[in-house]
Amino acid sequence: MATVSLTVNGKAVTANIDPRTLLVQFLRENLRLTGTHVGCDTSQCGACLVHLDGKAVKSCTTLAVAVDGASVTTIEGLAADGALHPMQEAFREHHGLQCGFCTPGMIMSAVDMVNRRGHQLDEKTIREDLDGNICRCTGYHNIVKAIAAGAEAMGKGTAPVRQAAE
Amino acid sequence: MYAFTYHKPTSARQAATLLAKKEDAKILAGGHTLLPTMKQRLASPSALVDLGACADLKGIARKGRNIVIGAMTTHAEVADSAEVREAIPALALLAGHIGDPHVRHRGTIGGSVANNDPAADYPAALLALGATVVTNKRKLTAEEFFTGLYETALEEGEIITKVSFPLASKAGYAKFRNPASRYAMVGVFVAKRGSEIRVAVTGAGEGGVFRWPEAEAALKARFAPKSLDGLKHTAKGINGDIHADPEYRAHLIGVMAKQAVAQATGKAG
Ligand SMILES: Cc1cc2nc3c(=O)[nH]c(=O)nc-3n(C[C@H](O)[C@H](O)[C@H](O)COP(=O)(O)OP(=O)(O)OC[C@H]3O[C@@H](n4cnc5c(N)ncnc54)[C@H](O)[C@@H]3O)c2cc1C
Ligand code: FES
Ligand code: FES
Repeated sequence: MATVSLTVNGKAVTANIDPRTLLVQFLRENLRLTGTHVGCDTSQCGACLVHLDGKAVKSCTTLAVAVDGASVTTIEGLAADGALHPMQEAFREHHGLQCGFCTPGMIMSAVDMVNRRGHQLDEKTIREDLDGNICRCTGYHNIVKAIAAGAEAMGKGTAPVRQAAE
Repeated sequence: MYAFTYHKPTSARQAATLLAKKEDAKILAGGHTLLPTMKQRLASPSALVDLGACADLKGIARKGRNIVIGAMTTHAEVADSAEVREAIPALALLAGHIGDPHVRHRGTIGGSVANNDPAADYPAALLALGATVVTNKRKLTAEEFFTGLYETALEEGEIITKVSFPLASKAGYAKFRNPASRYAMVGVFVAKRGSEIRVAVTGAGEGGVFRWPEAEAALKARFAPKSLDGLKHTAKGINGDIHADPEYRAHLIGVMAKQAVAQATGKAG
C-alpha cells in the first residue's frame, strides 16, 4: 500500500491505496467522482481527461501514487456556485454532445486548449488539438463550434451569447 | 495490471541504487508506453522506480553549440521551449506533433528514446542531428544507442540522464501520421551541419530508424528539394502492415524527405 495526498477540485484528500491504482480509478472509485469516464482504457480516447496541475492528462494512463502532492481538477470542479462554466454552457448552447459520454473529456480538453492558446481559436487549431479526444456520436461539427464559442466566452468572463444550435 | 512496489527517488543516483537492489525493477517516466503495456499484462515488473521527482533529470539548456535536454523533459516542454525553437526549430516542431496534447503533457524524451519504437519521432531527430545519449554510466552516439526494433544499447538498470543535440545550420522534419495512432507511418528528419548532411527515416524500417545514404549524397551536391527528384527508396527491408504496404511506405520516404528539405530551406509550401 502507498499513501497519496492530492488536492482534488480544491479539497485536500489523503488515502492509502494499492500502487497500481490508476488516477481515474482513484477519482471514480475512492472519491466517487464519476464524471471522469473511461472510454477505451488504452490511452486513445480522452474521455478520462483531468487537469493535473493545470494541464490536461489522460487519467487512465497515470498512476495515482505518481502524482502525489498534485492538484487535480475534474469536470465536477469546473462549475462554480451552481453556474455552468462558460465552456459547459457553450457545449449546451451549441449542442456539442449527443450521448454525452465523451463530453467531460471534450470539455477538459477545450479548457486546456484555451489555457494554452488563448481565446481566439480557429477551426483548424481546434480540430488539430482534439487529436486526443474521440467522439462516437456527433461528427465533431458542433463540438468544434462549441469550443470556439466557449473560448471566446471565457475571455469575456460571461456566458456565451444565446444562439440557436444547428 | 500485476502488483508492484512503487519507489520515488529524488535523484538519478538514488534511482540507480534502487534499480540495482530490486530484481525485475523498471523505470517509470511519463508512463505513456509502460502503463498501457502493463495494463495488457505484456510487462509485469515487480517494482517501479519513478523518475518523476528527480529534478536533475529535468530541463533544457543551451550549452555552447548544443541543446541539452534532460531525460524527464516532456514533449510539450520541448515543443514550447524558446531555446529549442530558436536553436533547432525542427526539433520543437517534431516534439509538438507527437501524439496529442495530453500525451505531450506526460510523455518524456528519455522514455521515448529508451523505448525505441520503430514509429516514434525522436529517434529520427537523434540520428539526423548526430545527438549524444548521456546515461548515468556513459555517453553514446545515436548510432551506437539505437540497435534495432525496440532495442537499445541500454544495460539493465542504466538510466538515460539527458540527450545532447548539436546545432544544425539547417534542419527539417516531415511526418506522415497514422491518422489513428498519430505515430509516424513515415517520418524523415534532414539535417545539415557544416558539410555533413544526414537523412534519417523513422516509421518505415523493419529494424527501426535508419539513414538513407543515397539521399544524403544527392543533397550534398545541392541542399534543395529538387535534388531528390527521381530518387526512390527501395521497398526491401521496409515495413508493411494493414495501414500501408512496403511499396507505399517506400514511396512516402521520398515524399517526406522532400518536404523535410523544403522546410529546412524555408521553402515549405
Ligand atoms: C495515444 C498515444 C499516441 C502517441 N503518439 C506518439 C507519436 O506520434 N510519436 C511518438 O514518438 N510517440 C508517441 N507516443 C509515445 C509517447 O511519446 C510516449 O510518451 C513515449 O514513447 C514513452 O515515454 P514515457 O515518458 O511515457 O515513458 P514510459 O512509458 O514511462 O517508459 C517507456 C520505457 O522506457 C523506459 N525508460 C523511461 N525513461 C527512461 C530513462 N530515463 N532511462 C532509461 N529507461 C527509461 C521505461 O522503463 C520503459 O521501458 C504516443 C503514446 C500514446 C499513448
Ligand atoms: S479512457 Fe483514457 S484515453 Fe480512453
Ligand atoms: S457525444 Fe457520444 S461519444 Fe461524443
